[in-house]
Amino acid sequence: MIKLANAQLWVHDQDEALDFYTGKLGWDVRSDVTLPELGDFRWLTVGPRDQEDLSVVLMAIPGPPVMDGATAEQVRSLMAKGFAGAMFLTTEDVRASYEELKGRGVEFSEEPEERPYGIDCGFRDPSGNSFRLTQVRPDIGA
Amino acid sequence: MAPVPPARHLLRARDLADAHYREPIGVDDMARAAGLSRAHFSREFRRAFGESPRSYLLTRRLERAAALLRTTDYPVIDVCYAVGLQSLGSFTTSFTRTFGMSPTAYRAAYPPAAAYAHIPACFVRRYGRPVRKPASEQHV
Repeated sequence: MIKLANAQLWVHDQDEALDFYTGKLGWDVRSDVTLPELGDFRWLTVGPRDQEDLSVVLMAIPGPPVMDGATAEQVRSLMAKGFAGAMFLTTEDVRASYEELKGRGVEFSEEPEERPYGIDCGFRDPSGNSFRLTQVRPDIGA
Repeated sequence: MAPVPPARHLLRARDLADAHYREPIGVDDMARAAGLSRAHFSREFRRAFGESPRSYLLTRRLERAAALLRTTDYPVIDVCYAVGLQSLGSFTTSFTRTFGMSPTAYRAAYPPAAAYAHIPACFVRRYGRPVRKPASEQHV
């Protein structure tokens, strides 16, 4: 069986991202390893507490020779404009989750609204990556 | 920490329009969210996203109004208020100019809500947003 294990998001700053994903979103750190032999490459992954076999890689935008400066600048710009990545989350009670995250300082781009498929809202991480948080209508499944 | 790209502040202003379109917000509020003067903000916003902030806010409202017309049975006046617009007359005018038909005709042209696929709202928001003609953009 092929399973999804890790998915990658570019982030503007790994420390800032770590604060957000653990402190505000309430996720766990899965690994945080810096490798001097790889030019201090930092493998930083986080994930939802109750979903242990799936992690999100918070990847710093590299410099040369991994990525040339012009390309890195394009990625940075796309990310800052909100066009670099997106995640779709589900919850059993979106209004409770909304209040909880908002209380911890998450900036919402959309408040909970009724949709044909359930109730959902949207927010961003500090880098500009977009998240949707949905309470899926029970009769249609995720 | 790496300096924050200027576009990130512009995105915050754009998010304000997407999140608070129901309220009587305007370009001044968007400029404040980006931390820029209004004139500078409008110029930078257009450079980053290809349209004026005023147009972005209006098309957000019209896109949401169109979705409400398709997926609810709210009266047109309630749809107008629900998207943060105060005047039914100017709502009808903007809507008709943008979609090529009145709100009532638009609603009648679509099948009932239950017939739709369950597309996440962020895609409905992005792909359902009308494109306004440059000539009319001069007047907004």
